Amino acid sequence: MDYFAQQLINGIALGSIYGLIAIGYTMVYGIVGMINFAHGDIFMIGGFVALISFLVLVSIGITAVPVVLLLVLLVAMATTALYGWTVERIAYRPLRHSFRLAPMLSAIGMSFVLSNFSQVSQGARIKSVAPIITGGYTLFERDGFAVRLSNMQVFIVLTTLALLLAFSWLVARTRLGRDMRACEQDQTMAALLGVDVDRTISMTFVIGAALASVAGLMYLLYYGVVDFFMGFVAGIKAFTAAVLGGIGSLPGAMLGGLAIGLIETFWAAYFSSEYKDVAAFSILIVVLIFLPTGLLGRPEVEKV
Amino acid sequence: MTGADILEVTHLSMTFGGIRAVNDLSFTATRGAITALIGPNGAGKTTVFNCITGFYKPTAGMIRLVHADGRDFLLERLFDFRIAKRAKVARTFQNIRLFSGMTLLENLMVAQHNPLMRASGFTVLGLLGAPRYRAAERAAIERARHWLDRIGLTARADDAAGNLPYGDQRRLEIARAMCTEPALLCLDEPAAGLNARESEALSELLLSIRAGGTSLLLIEHDMSVVMEISDRIVVLDHGVKIADGTPREIRDDPKVIAAYLGSDEEFARAEMEGSA
Amino acid sequence: MAPPSSDARSTAPQAGFAFILKRSLISAAIALALFSLMIGVRTEAGPTGVLIYWTRFGDLALLVGAVFIGSIAVELARAFVGPVDIAGRMPEALREILAALQRFLVPALLAFAVLIPVIFYQQRYILDLSILVLTYVMLGWGLNIVVGLAGLLDLGYVAFYAVGAYSYALLSTTFGLSFWICLPLAGILAAFWGMMLGFPVLRLKGDYLAIVTLAFGEIIRIVLLNWQSLTGGPNGISGIPRPTAFGIPLTAGADGLAARLGIPFSPTHRIVFLFYLILALALLTNWATIRLRRLPIGRAWEALREDEVACRALGINTVVTKLTAFALGAMFGGFAGAFFATRQGFISPESFSFQESALVLAIVVLGGMGSQLGVALAAIAMIGGFELFRGFDQYRMLVFGMAMVLLMIWRPRGLIGHRAPSVYLERREAIAADLVKEGHG
Repeated sequence: MDYFAQQLINGIALGSIYGLIAIGYTMVYGIVGMINFAHGDIFMIGGFVALISFLVLVSIGITAVPVVLLLVLLVAMATTALYGWTVERIAYRPLRHSFRLAPMLSAIGMSFVLSNFSQVSQGARIKSVAPIITGGYTLFERDGFAVRLSNMQVFIVLTTLALLLAFSWLVARTRLGRDMRACEQDQTMAALLGVDVDRTISMTFVIGAALASVAGLMYLLYYGVVDFFMGFVAGIKAFTAAVLGGIGSLPGAMLGGLAIGLIETFWAAYFSSEYKDVAAFSILIVVLIFLPTGLLGRPEVEKV
Repeated sequence: MTGADILEVTHLSMTFGGIRAVNDLSFTATRGAITALIGPNGAGKTTVFNCITGFYKPTAGMIRLVHADGRDFLLERLFDFRIAKRAKVARTFQNIRLFSGMTLLENLMVAQHNPLMRASGFTVLGLLGAPRYRAAERAAIERARHWLDRIGLTARADDAAGNLPYGDQRRLEIARAMCTEPALLCLDEPAAGLNARESEALSELLLSIRAGGTSLLLIEHDMSVVMEISDRIVVLDHGVKIADGTPREIRDDPKVIAAYLGSDEEFARAEMEGSA
Repeated sequence: MAPPSSDARSTAPQAGFAFILKRSLISAAIALALFSLMIGVRTEAGPTGVLIYWTRFGDLALLVGAVFIGSIAVELARAFVGPVDIAGRMPEALREILAALQRFLVPALLAFAVLIPVIFYQQRYILDLSILVLTYVMLGWGLNIVVGLAGLLDLGYVAFYAVGAYSYALLSTTFGLSFWICLPLAGILAAFWGMMLGFPVLRLKGDYLAIVTLAFGEIIRIVLLNWQSLTGGPNGISGIPRPTAFGIPLTAGADGLAARLGIPFSPTHRIVFLFYLILALALLTNWATIRLRRLPIGRAWEALREDEVACRALGINTVVTKLTAFALGAMFGGFAGAFFATRQGFISPESFSFQESALVLAIVVLGGMGSQLGVALAAIAMIGGFELFRGFDQYRMLVFGMAMVLLMIWRPRGLIGHRAPSVYLERREAIAADLVKEGHG
């Protein structure tokens, strides 16, 4: 029971990270109808930028944890958002009205560019840091097994909640949010009504990238490592989460993220950890076959 | 249902989410005749079509198809491609669905896929170049040529279908459907976007198809075509049948006039009497 | 956007240049922001294991400067040459020249391919490279059936390559069966696997199909990596027997082929044999594809790509049609995998990553329009290009990625800009690319 509770806590923390990445996938798919294959690698870049800025800040003497965290968060979000913007501008916008396969291959190409860029610029080995946020609470203890809630996990969940709230407010109440929803429904009409479609799409990518960078920072803090390949697997899992929750649905993305995080954690804890990725991928397949619109998605009737 | 009927639709209903697109519809279509399904936009006509041709599964009701040789099919149980393949029901689409990157000839050859597959021994014999397949392929090309002649496009047989003008594309789609040798041909707004001369040619084509023994079911907005060629008209409004009879009867039916044009009877009657 | 060329010249040149300068400065500033941390700072585990870093401002400055200059160059090109033709249509004259060339190109390429071992007998490196290129040509032709003809987006093709390779390896090392028995078996197993994979995912469209096939490919790789008892895990399977020339071993011994033919033995013999083997396999794939295209099944594949709904309305069983495309594509992938296993003598899961799937897909899309010749040319270009980067492994994939992006922007439909009909009444006229659909999966 305690083991279960611990895994539950771990799963929620991991799931929050996946959820943040999943939001980026679902937003982009909703607005331009493409799977951004490079999004996972944006997450990876976010992790790297967080790592580097952390190292630099600490070395110039800023060591107070909250200050460092805040600065790293801002720098990572800003830089990664710029990466997201640049990728969209270079690789996707020219192909927006092109044939089906072109944006997909362009995205795959961009994914290779990003992951190899970090490999080339930072070396191929994984980078690790000492834990930055330490400590936690022991929730309860029985038979020598303690169920712990680390400060790290609290930070992850709280930050995720805060971002979710901010983001939901953005989509529901601001002009940008309204423009995004309009473009999702009918781009041509939105353009005719004066919405700057290019800018709205760019902002969608930018916000998605910023959220992914926060996920990257959290991943770094939680696992203490980053490597150039983490975007690929995390990307597929996050996309699974987006699909599970219903592509195009924001609460769905978060819900899906939590589900994937929990499933992965429990699978690794109770079955085998080598095949935990297989579990996540299999869920993707199962969901798409049996529940193609996901948990919270809208059913699509084929127009003949 | 009499032996002369090819299609019998009984208590057909189709509900999407909360919307009842078709509500308890019943009608029959006579074999070897042209039956038209008309009604204002949103009346549910294409939904009925999609139920008959296997693209939707009806929420309730029965759709029975009887061939001239007595073979009997329950279309609401058959699904997807089987309706075209086994029950021999062919259709055209409101937004033309040609294979635009293939030539006219190729389009008509694809329509004959099933007999050709059998003749090619499910590809094996075809790969080996068996004479039986080559003969079947030649026959298929001949049938395609016959239909190209009938629609007057033989000269363009090797052009891409996507390059045809709109009116020719519509006729090609009909020819392609006919290459499947259907018992019942369902046409979804075949006259849409055609000018007067093209509509004339279309009417002629459809009448010649009827003369060949095929039954037709037709959705159409162009009243001149409907009045000219239909043997029977079924009128839908908001998913419900409001009238069913010969063109003459329909023309004079006040319910129909009201459904289409509110209640300005004089104007409506003039409209129905054949737009010039 | 840049002003059209005539304006750039008729208005005062300074205005044009100021605009270009401003844009380039902005690009450089963006580059600075993007690269300042990733390039300017280099992290690595220090001598004590703790992460340390050092700065590389020189590299950063160089890169930003390069972006600045490159941006100016691109803007100048755009101003004087005109906007990039995104539709990717080739000028009429060029197309006619290519069409004429095509008639000579195919037999010429074929003759050249057959003669490669003769011409380059002494250059082991070129022979090895040709074998590699032909392997990818075959993989491209195999995937072409699925993606190019049937329009099904398969991002996990490497799975069938892997199944073929491992099946061959296991069958030959466990049961000692000869290459000529294992090869068809490997193909059949791969085809079977193709059907298994294809069946559940048939209803999926476009991007979803792509990502599910990607997931399948990854699952296969992870299983191969972890099922140690069967596959040897990360160590793979080694000691895979080399092929024999129809039972006669290609060794130096008295019963070897060289001895029987009365010629001095050379290790090159085996390479030559392998070359002709892959050439034969590739040509088999090609022959099969061309024949199938003219049969109802091939036409159904292409019709499926054009409009699936219309196919169903014509009574075509789209499920079976898709499955056959998957199965056949998988089979040829399996053959290629078996060949790969016997050529290397050793296989491990490392060779079967997503990168391979992406590479083969890029070859097919670059070839364009389901064209056999296009795929072959694309394979030669890509693998040849890869080889040029032999010394710079790290930069290879980086350049590959950028090349993919640029190629999609420049020619999204691939090199070959037209489709040849499979049957004709009077004349065979090529159909332009913009009419041909890419398929929705």
